[in-house]
Amino acid sequence: MITTPWDTELAQELRRQFGQGIVECSSYLEQNFVVVRPDHTVEVLAWLKTEQGFDTIVDATVVDCPKREGARFDLIYIVYSHSRNERLRVKTSFDDGYEPGTAVPVYAGANWLEREIFDMFGIRFAGHPDLRRILLPDDWRGHPLRKDSSILAMDQQWVKDNLGIESGQ
Amino acid sequence: MTETLLDANELVLNMGPQHPSTHGVLRVVLKLDGEKVTGTDCIIGYLHRGVEKIGENRTYAMFAPYVDRMDYLAAVSNGLGYCLAVEKLLNVTAPPRAQTVRVILAELNRIASHLFWLGTHALDIGAMTPLFYTLREREEVLKIFENYCGARITTHAFRIGGLYYEVYDGFEAQVLAFCEMFERRVDEYETMLTENRIWVDRLLGVGILTAADCLELGVTGPMIRASGVAWDLRKAQPYSGYEQYDFDIPTRTNGDTYDRYMVRIAEMRQSVRIIRQAAKNIPEGPQMAKVPKVIKPPVGEVYVSVEAPKGELGYFLVSDGTITPYRVRVRPPSFVNLQALDRMARGALIADVVAIIGTIDIVLGEVDR
Repeated sequence: MITTPWDTELAQELRRQFGQGIVECSSYLEQNFVVVRPDHTVEVLAWLKTEQGFDTIVDATVVDCPKREGARFDLIYIVYSHSRNERLRVKTSFDDGYEPGTAVPVYAGANWLEREIFDMFGIRFAGHPDLRRILLPDDWRGHPLRKDSSILAMDQQWVKDNLGIESGQ
Repeated sequence: MTETLLDANELVLNMGPQHPSTHGVLRVVLKLDGEKVTGTDCIIGYLHRGVEKIGENRTYAMFAPYVDRMDYLAAVSNGLGYCLAVEKLLNVTAPPRAQTVRVILAELNRIASHLFWLGTHALDIGAMTPLFYTLREREEVLKIFENYCGARITTHAFRIGGLYYEVYDGFEAQVLAFCEMFERRVDEYETMLTENRIWVDRLLGVGILTAADCLELGVTGPMIRASGVAWDLRKAQPYSGYEQYDFDIPTRTNGDTYDRYMVRIAEMRQSVRIIRQAAKNIPEGPQMAKVPKVIKPPVGEVYVSVEAPKGELGYFLVSDGTITPYRVRVRPPSFVNLQALDRMARGALIADVVAIIGTIDIVLGEVDR
């Protein structure tokens, strides 16, 4: 990704406030994002909300990159400020097994979004009030949006369990 | 004496998934104290088809028809959002002619979606007549879609880079005739409902959501506007040439079910205004931007959102430079708005829960994806 540096007042303020916690402030196709260290995500979100007017959470999602050493998942929060009419992506990377802090105390709307991430990627959020599967049944095995989860494998497992034969396709 | 079940004050009642007023397969578990709701738990996922996973296994162009199946009542808006996202990733812009036709169809779809909502919402509350009125007008919109692209519901009307179909002869005339007819029909709905004693009694003060609640939960669309926040993506971050059109953002202040009804009614009138302006000036020129036959966006990621009838519909696309998206994330308005159900339903009566589910305007195909 060929990014351009993002260096507005907000980016400078972020760096001043969090120092080493901020890894990168960039922009791609006029969309700004800030990469933070995983243990600083919630702090940064709380600061953006209370000090900078990013009053609403738009979305939270994950990108799975199994080939990347030591930092398999990208966790992305998209926040929006009504007063500034500005969107910002807060990104962080960590490896499988790491439990990022939950954003629910900052944005109540993160509740279902983080549940969906747990459901689809198997990432557990530390301190989440209600971390259950949301879209898939409770007895579902695996987390389908991980790259190593194949559509066919799930299908074959189902066929095996329910029809008692080796493979459906 | 030992305590029996009858002594317990709390009753758990299951509503759905097969319940006529849950608009699909939504299951809500209600905790009740007498007739008062003290807590809710939504159980969703019955329509989950793994749209995001499908997206990772299809090319950019092949995935476009799938997005229509999420919010199947507003397929045009879904397609518009997806096309805009891929165009942003490719760094191309649809030509003005395509943009104008897109706006016309998207606004017609907004009307169709709001009409279906109004009809079914009224039906839930016990008024059967409006359903027949609203479906009659929705049919006219679907006829325009059918004439334009052959499909009525899941239209796949747009292509990445512009339009595939040229508008048919008499398109403008048919659209303008619809506008002419439709404004009077909105007045008819209002005569039936707006001051109707039963309608007002069932809706006024029910399911109140304050502006602060909306912001905290990420609620968007007519719901946030009914709570007094004049926020509409078409104005805040215009796309597809919306900045050229003259229209207002209808708002109300109480944030109850009645206000959400009023906002959606007013929005239909605003849509007519936009369609009138657009249909009178469809620019000449090409309808497709220069897009390569094989769509292979450079490595990067974008988040693009549009104002769908239900709220902010966003697509977060990650490209790794191949012909398939590395990650497709859909930010569905219904999913996020449904989260507000708990806050609205607490303290309400069981009968009001039906009105509150209706007023969110959810489509389960989009909630579950």
